[in-house]
Amino acid sequence: MTSTQDTSPYGNVGSLRRAPTSPRTLFSTLMNVVVFTCVALALLPLLAVLFYVLAQGISSINVEALTQLPPPPGVPGGGFANAIIGTLLMVGIGALISIPFGVLAAIYLSEFSSGPVADWTRFATNVLSGVPSIIVGVFAYGIIVLDPFGLLHYKGYSAWAGGFALAILMLPIIVRTTDEALKLVPSELRQASVGLGATQFETVTRVVLPTAIPAILTGVTLAIARAAGETAPLLFTALFTQFWPNWSGGLQGPTASLAVLVYNFATAPYKHQQELAWAASLILVLMVLLTSVVARVATARKVYQ
Amino acid sequence: MRSDTRTANQTDKVLRTENLNIYYGSFLALKDINLDIAKNQVTAFIGPSGCGKSTLLRCYNRLNDLIKTFRAEGKVLYNNQNLYGADIDPVQVRRQIGMVFQRPNPFPKSIYDNIVFGPRINGFKGDLDELVERSLRQAALWDEVKDKLRESGLSLSGGQQQRLCIARAIAVQPQVILMDEPCSALDPRSTLRVEELIRELKEHYTIVIVTHNMQQASRVSDMTAFFNVNPTDGKRQGYLVEYDRTETVFQSPKEKSTQEYVSGRFG
Repeated sequence: MTSTQDTSPYGNVGSLRRAPTSPRTLFSTLMNVVVFTCVALALLPLLAVLFYVLAQGISSINVEALTQLPPPPGVPGGGFANAIIGTLLMVGIGALISIPFGVLAAIYLSEFSSGPVADWTRFATNVLSGVPSIIVGVFAYGIIVLDPFGLLHYKGYSAWAGGFALAILMLPIIVRTTDEALKLVPSELRQASVGLGATQFETVTRVVLPTAIPAILTGVTLAIARAAGETAPLLFTALFTQFWPNWSGGLQGPTASLAVLVYNFATAPYKHQQELAWAASLILVLMVLLTSVVARVATARKVYQ
Repeated sequence: MRSDTRTANQTDKVLRTENLNIYYGSFLALKDINLDIAKNQVTAFIGPSGCGKSTLLRCYNRLNDLIKTFRAEGKVLYNNQNLYGADIDPVQVRRQIGMVFQRPNPFPKSIYDNIVFGPRINGFKGDLDELVERSLRQAALWDEVKDKLRESGLSLSGGQQQRLCIARAIAVQPQVILMDEPCSALDPRSTLRVEELIRELKEHYTIVIVTHNMQQASRVSDMTAFFNVNPTDGKRQGYLVEYDRTETVFQSPKEKSTQEYVSGRFG
């Protein structure tokens, strides 16, 4: 290098070679390592949980476990089929209540409201999403199970009460994600629709909603995944039972669910019940995983680009 | 400074504005516009950025209603009916006065569904397939898409998408087509294609086009309106400077600022 370059305030400008020991490069390399380590640490709990549940539960999964009722303590055999059905049933009831209300509320928020009404509604939704699930359970207990005003046809512990509690948990998730999904639809699409002489209702139902469906479905999946795993609300509303759901009696009476079964059996002093708890955990994780994958595949068009 | 734009014969003036003042909140964005648009002609709005050409264009199909602070004083007359009258339904206005936007915005639906969207919501009872073919032919797009009508509108190139949007606007059979810088997002070849199309379309429709491209305005339009800004307290207030036949505006304009703008001395 010539002397003219040595006098540049930037130092040795002319050289194109790597300088692995220069402070800048060293620092950059160090930060790369740090970031990578953090990623590994962040993934660790997820992988650890999945593997551990898989390892503990896989040996207890068999046709009997998936089709039979829970055995009395100390008795071998039996399964948790009623819990699988119960979870599906109560999440289903929760979804049936929360999806229509949630999506319509989000449509109102995004398309028809503005200013303070919209702001306060969004705020209230966020507060609701932060309410501890056990409080939701107690609330459902007070309203549905105890039925203080005598308004309900069915009272007491029931799948309806459980589904109702889950619906309250699912509602804010659905409202928030649908709201975001609708906001993602570009305004130029709305303008095109309005420009063709469509009313606001037609624009929302024929253009905005269809475009937002993939993102809305993702939100619904998230809500379902959350609801399927909740235990506290079900403790006050559906309890647990060794028997099938009460199909002939209008689904009244305590109803089994996977989460509560795990709660009851995991710490029971009987080895077989603990094994069933692990198996139930594995089934629950797999159900949630499956729902996410199915939703991803079904909405392969992804969010509108 | 406004030119006298009223002619004696008012029956073939499809769109007229009378003392139109446009406010956003308390800010007067467009001052005292008096402008008559002739039927089956192409009228171009030109002028520097922010002079209110697009704002005026959007008054014609009441699309400015979507902006909360918007307020119009004065009249906008369509076939002698005031579009801002209390009894006028903006949804019906937009049925008769269509719009093509700056960036192509086809719906994420099939080409076929894009075209039939407007007719369906407006209760069209005839042969939809025939309407689709007719609209696509008029938009000079039929040959390119006739075998793939069920494919997504988004799978087309930019120029094709814009022609699809034109076909979509035509399908509801409006009287007027408003075009807000329709070629600014297109490459030069597609631009020429669309300009060709505009010349063909004026046989059946009245066209008002906002454009930044002065060569385009001189190529495509019969009448040209030049707008300018009046900087008042740092805010830009638009007004109509000159409105005349295109050849006159570009070759022998009456106003000095018009002369300066069209010769490129500012913009």
